[in-house]
This record gives sequence, C-alpha cells and structure tokens, in this order.
Amino acid sequence: MNDTVHITVTVNGEQRELDAAPHHTLLDVVRDDIHLTGTKECCVVGECGACTVLVDGRPMNSCLMLAVEVDGSEILTVEGLTDPDGRLSALQEAFLTTGAAQCGFCIPGQLVSAHALMAAHPEPTLDQIQEALAGNLCRCAGYEQMAEAVFMAGKEGDR
Amino acid sequence: MTTGSVGTSQPRFGGYGRVTGRQRYLADIHLEDALHVKLVTVPSARARIISIDASAAKEIPGVRLVMTAADLPDPMPRHGPQYQDRPVIAVDEVKYHGEPVAAVAAETKEAAEEAARVVEVAYEELPAIVTVADALAPDADLVQERSIRRPGSLIDSNVLCEYNFGWGDVDAAEADVVVEGSYAWPAQTHFAIEPHGFMAAADEDGIVVWSTIQHPYQLQKTIAQVLDWPLAKVRVIAPDPGGGFGGKQHPKLEPLIAFMAVKAGRPMRLVLTLDETFMAVRRASAEIQVRMGFKRDGTLVFQDFANDFLVGAYGDTGDRITAKASWLSAGPYRTPSVRIRARAILTHTTPTHPYRGFGIPHVGWARESCLTEAAAALEMDPLEIRLKNLARKGEEHVPGDTPADGEWEQTVRKAADEIGWGTPTPPGRGRGLAIGVKSGPTTGLSYSIVRLLVDGSVLVFSGTSDMGQGARTIFAQIAADELGVPIDQVSVVMGDTAIVPFDQQTSASRSSVLMGNAVLFACRDIQAQVRGIAARSHDLDESEIVVDRGTVQLPDSRLAIVDVVKAGLGKLGGELIGTGEMRKDAVPEHPLGGTASFFEFNCTAVELEVDEKTGSITIDRHVTVGDVGLALNPIQVKGQDDGAAIMGLGHALMEHIIRDDSGRVRNVGAIDYRIPTSLDLPLELESFMIENADGPGPYGVKGISEGSLLVTAPAIAGAVTDAVGVVIRDLPMSPERVWRAMREHS
Repeated sequence: MNDTVHITVTVNGEQRELDAAPHHTLLDVVRDDIHLTGTKECCVVGECGACTVLVDGRPMNSCLMLAVEVDGSEILTVEGLTDPDGRLSALQEAFLTTGAAQCGFCIPGQLVSAHALMAAHPEPTLDQIQEALAGNLCRCAGYEQMAEAVFMAGKEGDR
Repeated sequence: MTTGSVGTSQPRFGGYGRVTGRQRYLADIHLEDALHVKLVTVPSARARIISIDASAAKEIPGVRLVMTAADLPDPMPRHGPQYQDRPVIAVDEVKYHGEPVAAVAAETKEAAEEAARVVEVAYEELPAIVTVADALAPDADLVQERSIRRPGSLIDSNVLCEYNFGWGDVDAAEADVVVEGSYAWPAQTHFAIEPHGFMAAADEDGIVVWSTIQHPYQLQKTIAQVLDWPLAKVRVIAPDPGGGFGGKQHPKLEPLIAFMAVKAGRPMRLVLTLDETFMAVRRASAEIQVRMGFKRDGTLVFQDFANDFLVGAYGDTGDRITAKASWLSAGPYRTPSVRIRARAILTHTTPTHPYRGFGIPHVGWARESCLTEAAAALEMDPLEIRLKNLARKGEEHVPGDTPADGEWEQTVRKAADEIGWGTPTPPGRGRGLAIGVKSGPTTGLSYSIVRLLVDGSVLVFSGTSDMGQGARTIFAQIAADELGVPIDQVSVVMGDTAIVPFDQQTSASRSSVLMGNAVLFACRDIQAQVRGIAARSHDLDESEIVVDRGTVQLPDSRLAIVDVVKAGLGKLGGELIGTGEMRKDAVPEHPLGGTASFFEFNCTAVELEVDEKTGSITIDRHVTVGDVGLALNPIQVKGQDDGAAIMGLGHALMEHIIRDDSGRVRNVGAIDYRIPTSLDLPLELESFMIENADGPGPYGVKGISEGSLLVTAPAIAGAVTDAVGVVIRDLPMSPERVWRAMREHS
C-alpha cells in the first residue's frame, strides 16, 4: 500500500505534480498533501456535500473519488474562488451580505456547488438554486440566506 | 460620535474566513509530530469485557500506543458535568453502543485504523436495557453499579434522579373537562456538520488540549481533575466549532486523549468520523403523560405531568435537562394547580447531552398538543384557549420564579396575524399554532477584558465560543459603540484559556446577555478611567464629566473617548484595560438552583397540507415570532431563528435514532438519519421579532437561538389535525406515520 502513483493535476489554476497513495481520496490529497483545508471532511460517504470540489467543472464529492482518478484534471476548491489578491467573488460577497455563513463549516461546499451552478446558469432561479444545493447539508440551516445570496450574485453577475 | 452599530446588521466577524476556506476549524490545525488516534469499539450496546489482546495491533508498523483501561489509573478516573460517572475508557463493561474499549495511536491514520481493527476484544454480549419500560421493570438489571451511583434511595434502581415540582392541589382541583394524553419524543442527534475532534500535547510545562468544545473552561476543569494537575497547567484551545447545537458542550473523549498524550509523550489527534459522532452524543428521548383540567370556558384549572426522560448510560446532563425542562412543563400559562413528576432513566444508550432547547421541545410537544386537543374537546379556538390562560407581563406562571418578562400576548398575536388566523383556510389545508417558553440560564458567571489601545483600536477578550450564532460580532458591536470606535478597529479574541478570562459556558442562549453584559461592564470600566484622565487633563472635577457611548462630555465641549485617551496616555503610549464581571448568582432554595435570567418566548404557527395518498406534509407557510428584547444584529437573529425553525422541522418530520432490540444504533449517517436539506423547506418561512428592550442584557436584549424550535412539532401536529382530522402523538411525523394515522382514522 505504500506505493504511490504519480499524477498531474491543476488545482485552482496551479499545476501540481503529486505522488498520491492509490487508496487516498481526492479529499485526502487536497487536505493532507496540498494543505488546502478549506474543503471540509464530514461523512466521507458522499452524503453531506462538505467536501465538494469541482473536477473539470463538475461538482464532485471529493471523498468519493480516488486521487488517481483526477490525473490530468482541473480541480477547483473554495480557495480558488478568491482572487490571488484576496478579493472575494460576487458570490462570496453575497454570502456575507445575506448572512448565509453562520458556523461556516458547510460553506466551502455550498460555494463550490453554487459556483458550478452559476457557470451553467449565470442567473439561476430559486428552484434551480435549491436543487443545485440539495446535496450540501447545512445544520445551521441557512438555506434561505444561501439561496438568496446565489440569486443576488446571479443578478449582479459573478466575476 | 457613537458609531451606532448596535441594532444594525453588521457583517459577521469571521465571515471572510468562512467564505474563503481560511477559517481554521479543529481538524484544519496541523500539530507537528502528532500521532493519529483511532477508537476500538464492540458492536454491542452492553457487553462484559473479558480480555483485550493488542499484540497484533502493536505489530503494525507505526503503532506507538494501544490504550485500554489497564493502562489507566485504578480506580478508573471518571468525569461528567453533573455526575462524575463516565470512565475515561470503558472498564469491565461496555454500557452503550460505540463506547470505546481501547484506543490506538499511530504515526499515520491508516496505521491507526488498521491496528484498531486487529485489537482483539473478547466480550460477552449482555441483554441491553433500551426502553423506559425495560429500565423500570422490577427485575431489571442495573445499568450502573452501585459504586458509581450517588448514595440515596434510587441507588438500586435505574432511575438516575426524580423530581417532584408543583403548586396548588391537583387532586382537589375541580375541573369541568379533563383532557389527557401520552406523547413521545424520540432520541435524535445533533449532526453538526463538523464532527467532534480533539488533540492534546503534554510537556513539562503542562498540557494543551484542543477541542471542538463549546465550554473551554469546563474542559480545563475536567482535564485538571482527571490528571490531578493544577488548572494553570491545563490550557484549552477551542477553535470556533463548526456547529454545536449543545452537542459539544461538555468533555467526552478529551480525558482519554490527554492521558494518551501524557503516556506516549507525543501529541495526539483524534477527529471522529460522522458515524462515531452519532455514537458519542445524542438528545434525550422522553415519554410524557399529561392531564389538563379546565373550566367550561377554557380556564385552566390544573396541569398534571409525568415526564420520563430516557437519558443513557451515564449521567452527563440528563439530570439537569430533566429537571430544568420539567420545571416549565406547564408553560407560560396561569394554572392554579400543577403537579410535575419527572424522572431521568438510565439505559444502555449513548449518554444524553444538551441539545438546543434543553428538553423544552419534549415537554412543549406534550403540553401544546394536549392543549390543542383540549381546545377541540371544549369546542374552542386553539388560539383563544391559549390567550385566555397566557400569563401577562409581571404575572407568575411558575410561582417563585421570574415572572413573565415580556409582552407575550403581542408575540402570540403577531404569529396569529401572520398566519392569517381567523381567516378562511384554503381548501385542503390546516393551521396550527403553539407557544414555547424556555428559561434562560439560572446561574452564570462571565468575565471579559477589553483593552483600548493607544491608536484607538480595541481588543475584546471573551471565553464564549462562536459556533455560528455570531457572538464575536455582537461583542464587537457593543465595544465599538461604548468606546466610540469604528467596528473595523475592534478585534475579538476567544477560544484559549491561556488568553481569555473565565466564562462558565456557551449555552442556554446566554452569551448576548451574560457575556454581553461582561463586555459592556468592561467598556464601562474603561469609560470610568477615561473620566479620570479627562478630569486631570482638563483640570476638572470628575463629577463635571459624563462619559457615555464613545463620548466625553465636558462642561463646555464634547470629545471622543479615543482622543482623550490618546492625549492622556502621552508619549509612552500604553493602553486602558477594562474588566467586566457578570454574575447571575445561585438561589440555593430554588429547586433549579436559580431563577430564570430571562425567558425565550416563541410562538410558531403553520399552514400546511397533507397528501392523503402518501401522508407527506407540505408546509405552505411557517411563521415564528420571538420576544428578543432587542436584536443586537437583526440579520444574525434572523439566521438563528430561521435555522432553528428548520431544525425544528427536521425534529418534527424526519429525525429519530433507530435502535435494534439489542440497543445498536441502526441509522447512522445522512441518508439513514435524515436532516432537512434545501429541498425540505417550507414554501414560505418567516421569522419575526418582538422588540420592547425589556431584557436583562445590554440595551434590553434577551437570549435567542433556541426559541424557533421549541414548539415546531405541536404547531405542525395541530395543523395536521386541522387539515385531515388525525391526532399524532408520536414523532417524527413521517409520511408513513401520518398515512397510518389517516387510515386508522377513516
């Protein structure tokens, strides 16, 4: 099990060469090897959405993918939503404006799911938003504030 | 000159970190050289441990320590917030499914997991007690051996404690109509999205323990007790929890990790899986029998409660939840005679932990459901029967406790108006309404230190945990206004017992009131110092100077506090340090040890429809109204209220822990234990606040955060009855349960 597999991935625009253990998930590699801890670990069986990242533009539970499966892929994590200078995206700003982030633990996954939605539907309807975020649990239950935020960001035009 | 931030929706402190992924939760902290810990359990709710063989586990490369009861002091150190009965690790007998019997520490997570699987535990499964009836059977085995029970008449029973509260004479009360029912509330789990996590590192200077805990100072005390070390040698670092809801209040596995860190001389890291979190913490279940007597006109004559809370294998907070919730069984109503018999019952289940609402949803479910049934029996309107008996401001609803502390009728009428009570209900729909009331903290002690620095910026130190309620933001708002500085010049420091002064706990919606006052008093302490500085600088008597909300009023001019301080501190600079203490003292003769510092008062009203083919409930409109005193930060109040309402929907409609006959938990995880998603929301959800600035906190604030889930279930059940005629007395109101009830009804 100690053998590793060499993979090349682009994470938040930066190409990385990694030696990943074949049994390690994308979540393991993102958090433990690349040290991008914004992506959260909760259920590790694809039920809660806390670990959502984009793989080639598609929202995925990173706990359900092996790292070796993403060889050659582009990964976007929550850290990639922010400009290199730390400036927030319109979506992130909207989450703050509506008070959507409470304890905050699910928020990275919510933002990444919402980001994917807006890539496909720049001005999503509330129904589309609630459907797109249905796989991301929030126990603070800030669902309405999140939906409002995504709606608001859609109207304003996400950068 | 005041910044006027109190009462406005200031952006959340910590918001930037939360939307960028930069917020550091416990699991995001990397401890150099830490060993990874994995727990060893047996698949049984009750088992006699015969032997534990760790030899194969120790052979796994990277394994550094396997800890069992044999490696701990004898007698086994025990701990707990009320009863010191929980062992650091199971000794002799496993008393609930998931109780750890051993723990492995290894260089990697994989090695720890692999080794945990090969620790050989020989055990004999014993019959587990998992229901109230089993626990109270005359020949029932005792869940706890005598040696860990408190002395007293209950020691040879599974009743942990029994309370008898009341006033008047229920048996002598003359009622025209008596209504009664039995209501059940199932066990549920908190399901914070952040699983619990713990780390510890010990050296010759003491020990540092990191935890997702809500009460860092209780953890410090517990670790000091079990290790027998001075408090000053125990430092607790408590990063903002990723949701708590009560489940992270008290220590659980931290003592084990602490002993392991000391023994191995290496830091330890244990982050539970979600499955392990399900086993580690839960909410009490309860069976409640109610009898209510009324005059023909709906006037309450008596209320009679028998409350059995099923609390698990160790005391934890089961006693306190049973007592505090039961004390308010009769709710916010004037009742001449009340009798309450409440018991906490030990079983072979996960110890009961506090959970948002602290037992009030259980008693509220019973009382408000019975009241709705009584309205039907009396042919009265469910709103009218409540308003008729509702205590008005200043009236005692529980003799000897704090009287009604708000314009409660205003709250109820607002909810009724917002749901359209009294207007024709659309075809196929039903409406329901219920009233909840919960005591705030009965005792409390919070300290704060506020430092006004030479450049006019401010540091606020507080032992409160910010777990989503937004405590940091409101403390900053208070300090900004009191000291007259822009809020972006304020930093709030929390979560480290080596830095922040003592706070009793973050619970019972207390922090705005108790810590809020401590912060306010610390700012006032600075204001008093500023007055002295201004007097010296301007050659005035202090009595000629008024310092208030950021300004220094001199006889002929008005200055900003910050300008007076900058001038007064002179060339060397320095700072002003204010301290604040907020104490809510105990009342020894009070059955709860103290009166309510305030009440969280809520009225919830819903309009819904029931799919007659499937039993599925659709909430068309859900209204909650809370008496908040004053909203320090309206958007945060709304977030807490909406969130609690949706959590309440989960409890009412979908959530329950399922155990098999042997006491094993069968539905761990998000698919088998459903919590609300974005697709489970009411079609309309609105939270309203009543603000009369009549609370005991800063500027008249009362605690919030729990109100909106206190009576969600009985409001929904009442609406189901209104819609389709069936009466539901068990939860959750799953489609199957509602469908079966409709079938029996027809």
